[in-house]
Amino acid sequence: MSEYVLELKGITKKFPGVTALDNVHFKLKSGEIHALMGENGAGKSTFIKVITGVHGPNEGEMILHGQKIQFTNPRQAQEVGIAAIYQHVTNYPDLTVTENIFMGHEKVQKITGRILWKEMHAEAKRLLQSLSSNIDPKALMGSLSVAQQQIVEIAKAISTNAKIIIMDEPTAALTARESEELYKITESLRDNGASIIFISHRFEDMYRLASQVTVLRDSKYIGSWKVNEISNEDLIVAMVGREITQIYPEKKGQIGEKLLHVDGLGKTGYFADISFTLHRGEILGLTGLVGAGRTEVCQSLFGIMPYDKGDIQMNGKKVRIQSPKEAMQLGIGYLPEDRQLQGLVLQWGIGKNITLPALKKLGKKGWLNEKKEAKLAKQLAEKVNVKANSIYDLASSLSGGNQQKVAVAKLLTADLDIIILDEPTKGVDVGSKTAIYEIIHDLAAQGYGVIMISSEMPEVIGVSDRIAVMREGRIARFLNKEDVTQEAILEAAMTDLSKSNAG
Amino acid sequence: MAESALDNVATVHVEKKASKLAAFAKFRELGLLIFIILLCIFVQTRNSSFLTIGNLTDMITNTAILSILALGMMLVIITRGIDLSIGSTLALSGMIVAQTVSVYQGLHPIVAILIGIGIGLVCGVTIGFFVSKIGVLPIIATLAMMNIFRGLTFTVSNGQWVSSYQMPDSFVSIATSKILGINTLVFIAIVIYIIGFYFVNHTRTGRQIYAVGSNPESAKVSGINQTKILLMVYSIMGGLAGLSGVLWVAKFASAQGDTAAGYELTVIAACILGGVSIAGGSGKISGVILGAILLGILNNSLPLMNVSPFWQMAIQGSIILFAVILNALVKRGVERNNLLRRKI
Amino acid sequence: MEQRAVNQNNYVPRVLENKQAFSLKRFFFQWEWMLVLVFLLVMIINTNLSPYFLNAAGLRDATMVFLDKAFIVFPMVMIMILRDIDISVGSTVALSSVIMATLYNSLGIPMEAAIVICLLVGALCGFVNGILIVKFKELSAVIVTLGTMILYRGIAYVILENQASGNFPDWFSFFGWGKVAGVPFILVAFLVLALVFTLLLHKTTFGRQVYAMGNNTTASRFSGVQVNKIKVLVFTLAGLMAAVTAIFLASRMGSTRPNVATMYELDVIAMVALGGISTAGGKGKMIGAIIAVFIIGYLQYGLGLINIPSQMMLVIVGLLLLISVSIPKVNLGNKFASSKKK
Repeated sequence: MSEYVLELKGITKKFPGVTALDNVHFKLKSGEIHALMGENGAGKSTFIKVITGVHGPNEGEMILHGQKIQFTNPRQAQEVGIAAIYQHVTNYPDLTVTENIFMGHEKVQKITGRILWKEMHAEAKRLLQSLSSNIDPKALMGSLSVAQQQIVEIAKAISTNAKIIIMDEPTAALTARESEELYKITESLRDNGASIIFISHRFEDMYRLASQVTVLRDSKYIGSWKVNEISNEDLIVAMVGREITQIYPEKKGQIGEKLLHVDGLGKTGYFADISFTLHRGEILGLTGLVGAGRTEVCQSLFGIMPYDKGDIQMNGKKVRIQSPKEAMQLGIGYLPEDRQLQGLVLQWGIGKNITLPALKKLGKKGWLNEKKEAKLAKQLAEKVNVKANSIYDLASSLSGGNQQKVAVAKLLTADLDIIILDEPTKGVDVGSKTAIYEIIHDLAAQGYGVIMISSEMPEVIGVSDRIAVMREGRIARFLNKEDVTQEAILEAAMTDLSKSNAG
Repeated sequence: MAESALDNVATVHVEKKASKLAAFAKFRELGLLIFIILLCIFVQTRNSSFLTIGNLTDMITNTAILSILALGMMLVIITRGIDLSIGSTLALSGMIVAQTVSVYQGLHPIVAILIGIGIGLVCGVTIGFFVSKIGVLPIIATLAMMNIFRGLTFTVSNGQWVSSYQMPDSFVSIATSKILGINTLVFIAIVIYIIGFYFVNHTRTGRQIYAVGSNPESAKVSGINQTKILLMVYSIMGGLAGLSGVLWVAKFASAQGDTAAGYELTVIAACILGGVSIAGGSGKISGVILGAILLGILNNSLPLMNVSPFWQMAIQGSIILFAVILNALVKRGVERNNLLRRKI
Repeated sequence: MEQRAVNQNNYVPRVLENKQAFSLKRFFFQWEWMLVLVFLLVMIINTNLSPYFLNAAGLRDATMVFLDKAFIVFPMVMIMILRDIDISVGSTVALSSVIMATLYNSLGIPMEAAIVICLLVGALCGFVNGILIVKFKELSAVIVTLGTMILYRGIAYVILENQASGNFPDWFSFFGWGKVAGVPFILVAFLVLALVFTLLLHKTTFGRQVYAMGNNTTASRFSGVQVNKIKVLVFTLAGLMAAVTAIFLASRMGSTRPNVATMYELDVIAMVALGGISTAGGKGKMIGAIIAVFIIGYLQYGLGLINIPSQMMLVIVGLLLLISVSIPKVNLGNKFASSKKK
C-alpha cells in the first residue's frame, strides 16, 4: 500500500467553452493537513467537486487507499469517507443542529424505525464538545452564526466517520478569534487520524496549519512543496506569476476633471467608510479577496443595493441613488459579474438583449420601433465584435467571451459617464480578454470614468491607473500605477486580521 | 473613536428592536395561546353563554374536522406546496359515502369511514402524481382538481341531496357517540394528532418532509427521494380530506354538491396562523392545533357577539393577510439581526 | 482597429444580419396553429353532435354568455408571463359589481358615476395585490392573492349580505345584451380590447419589459427595468379588467350578488394555460390565449346544446387546464430521457 490515502493523476475537466482543470495532480498523505492554494478562478473549487463526486472528470484517475475509484454522485464519495465543508454552507436552516449533523444517517430503533432523539442529541453534544463548542444541539441551524454553522458542518463530517475532510475557504467569513478556534479543531482532527485538504487564500492559514502546499494557477498544476521548504516570495510567484501571454494595451487619452466623489459610503453588514474620487478618463481598479465587499460597493453605486450611510457627488453635485434606473439616468452603467444570471436574458437573441436598457430611446410614446432597434443592435454588436451570424442568434448559444461582449454592448446604448465593470474577464478566453481590454481603454480614452473590479492581479495592474484594495468591507489601501506590485496588493488584501480587529 | 462609540450605541439600539422580533418567533405558540385566552375572556364579557359546556362541546366538535385537515395541509405547505382541492375532495368522499350508506343501510360505520379514506387517497395520489412526477405547480394542479372533484360530486349526486332521514342511525352516530367518554369526532382527531406527532417528529420519513421543504438542493445531495415525499404528502392530505368528508356528512347529517366549498381557505388560514411558513421547511403540530382552535373560536363567537355572519369571510381574509405579513416582518427582523452581528 | 498577429481571427470585423429570414418551418410549428386546429376540431365535433350548433346567429349570440370573463384573460397572460398568478380576480369581479350596484341602488349615485367607481375599485383591488407582492417578496403571489381573494369577497358579503341588487337603468342592459350592427356589443368590446392588449404586449416597450422580467427578473433589474413598477401595473390592469367583467356580467344578469363570478379564476387560468403561456414564465403570445377563449367558450356552448350538465363543465375545464400545463413538461421529460440514452 502506498503512503498516500488519496491520489489524483492527470485530472482534466472541461465545461463547454472552458477548461476548468488541465492535467492536475494531487497527493494526500495520511494524517496531514494539505493546503491547496491559488487565485480566484484557478480551479480549486472545481477540483474539490471532482474529489467529492459532484463533477466527473473528463480525463485522469483517482486512487483511494491504493484502489482506483470513480464516483457518479456525491453519496458514493460520502460512503467511502470523503466529506466536504463548502464555502457557502449547505444546510437545512429550519432544522435543529442535531438533525443537520445526522441527516441521511439518523440513529433509529431497529424494529420500529423510531428516531432516537435522546441518543442523537447526546451524540451531537459530544461531537460538538469534542470540537470545544457549546452550541446547543437543539438550536435551529438558521439561528447560528456562520462560524458556528461551520463547526456543525465539521461535526457532521466527523459523525460520518470521514477520513478525508475537505475545507473550502473555511476562514473566509470568520474573525481572527474564530479562525484560531478553527485551526485548533482542524489540528485535533488531524491528530485523530483524518487527512485534511485545506483551501484558502490566506497565507497565515497555510503557515499556521499545513505541512504540504499544492498550488494551482489558470486551471493548471504548478507544483507541490513542503511548507517549510518554500519561501513566501516563491509561493507568491507560483500563485500569480503567470507567463506573459497577455498583452495589455497602451494607455490612450488623458485623465480629466473630477467626475465622481464618494464620501463615507456604508451599508450595514456589508461595507463601511468607502471614500474615493474618480476622474474622467481614469480606470480605477478595485481589488481584494472575494467577500471583501467590492461587488456590494459597486452595486450600491448602481442602486441595486441602496447604501444607508454616506454621500455621493457627481460633477460636484450631491446625488441620491436608490434604483438602477436613477443610476442610469445619472450616467452610471454597471456590467454585472454573473453574466448568465444578472447580465443577459439567455433565452433571447443578441439584439433584444442589447436594446433592453435602451427601450425608452427606441420607443415613441411607448411604441417600440423594431426597425430602429435592429439597426442599433447591429451597430453595437459589430462595434464590440460579437462573433455570431445575426442579431437573432440566442445569447445562450454564444461562448463566454461573446456573451460578455454583448453585455458590454448593452452598456454602450446609454449616455454614460461612469462605467463599472465587475470581473469583466471572468470565464473569458484569452483572445476575448484582449478584445475586452481594448474596449475598456477605448472607453477611458473617450472620457468615461471606469471602475473595474477584478481578482486577477496582473489584470488589475495592467489595466488600471489607480488601484483600491479592499479588505473586510473597507478600503485598505490605494496604490498608484507607478508603485504597484502584486506583492503590495496581496499584502494590503491579506494583512493579519488581528490588526484591523484591534482598531 | 468617539464617533464609533456613538455608532455602537445606535447599533445596540437597533439590535434590541430586531431581537424582540426574533424572540417573538420563538414564543409564537405561547403568544397564540395568550391571544386565545384573551379572546375567550373578551367574548365571555360580551356574551356569558360562551363559556358553557354546551357551547364549548359544540365548538370543539366543530374544530375537530378543521384540525384534522389542517394537519394534512401543514405537511403540504412544509414542502412548499399548497392544496386548494381539499374542500372538493371532502365533498366527493362525503357524497359517495352518504349515497352508499343510504343504499346499504346495514353498512358498519367503520367500513363507511374506510371507503371515505379510500376515495380521498385516490384523489390525493392523483394530485401527487401531477405535482411530483410531472412537475405541475401545486397551485395549478390543485386548482384544476378542485373543480374536477367538485364537478364529479355534482355528477355523482345528480344535483340531489342526501338528507338525514336517508342515512342509517349507526352512520349519523359517528358524530354523536362517545368513545371513552369523548365525542367520537374529537377522539378521532386526537388519535390522528398523536399519530401525526409521532410521524413528523420521530420517524425519518417525517423529518425528510421538513428537509425537502427547508432546502430541496441539499435534500437531493443527502439522497432523499423528493418525488416519493411529495407523492406521500399529497396522498396523506387526500386521505385526511376523505376521512373528514365522512365525518362532515355524519355531523351535519346531509351531503350536498357544494358541501365545504371554500373550506380549504379556512384550513390554510389555520396553518398560517399556527406559524407554518409558506416558504416551506417549518411548522409545528402544536402551532397548527392552536391555529385551528383560534379559528374555531372565532367562527363560534362571532354570532354570539352579534356580529353578522357575513363579516366572517372578510375577517378571515384579513387574518390570513395579517398573519403572513407578520411572519414576513419577523423573519426580516431575524435577518437584520444577523447582519448587524457582522463586524466590519 | 489595430490588428494583432496572435488573435487575428478575433479582429475580423463581422457583419451581422439584422433582418430575420422568413422560415416556413418556424412559422408553422407554433402552438397557435395547433390551437386553431383544436378550435376547428371543437367546431366539427359540436356540429356533428348537435344540429343546432352551426348556426351563425347562435354562434354569434353564444359569445354574449362566455365572453364576460374573457376580459381578465388579457392581463392574466401578462401575470403568467411574469411567472406569477392571481386567484383573486373572481372576488374582485364580485366586489366591484356589488359596490357599483349598491352605490346606484342605495345611495342614489348616478349609474354613470357608479360605473366609473366600479372600474376604480377593481383597479384598486389589483393595485393592492401588486403592492403587497412587491413589498413582501417573501410572500408569493399565490398566498397574497389567496388572502385578498377571501378578503375582497368577504367585503362584498359585508356590503350586500346575501341579497341581490339590481334595478339598473334600462340603458345599462346594453353592455350585456346590446348589439352594434347586429354584432353583440360584448364581442365588439372584446375584439377591440384584444387588439389593444395584443399591441400592448407585443409592440410596446412595456410589453418587451414584461417578457424580459418573465425570463430573467434579475437581469431585467440590472438593465434598469423598473421591475416593481411593472409588476404593480400588471396586477392593477388585472383588477381593472375584472371590473370590466363585473360591468358586463351585472348587465347581462340584470343584478349582482356577492357570490357572482365564483371560480372565474379557474376558467381564466385554464384559458391562458391552454393558450400556450407557460407557467414557467417568459413565453407565450396573446393570440394563443384569445383563440383559447373561443375554444373553451364554444366547447361549453356545444356541450350545453346537447344537455351536458353545467357541473360537467367544471370537470372538463379542469382537465383541459391539467392537460395543457402537463404537455410541455411531459415532452421535455421525453427529450431528456432520450438524450440520456445516447
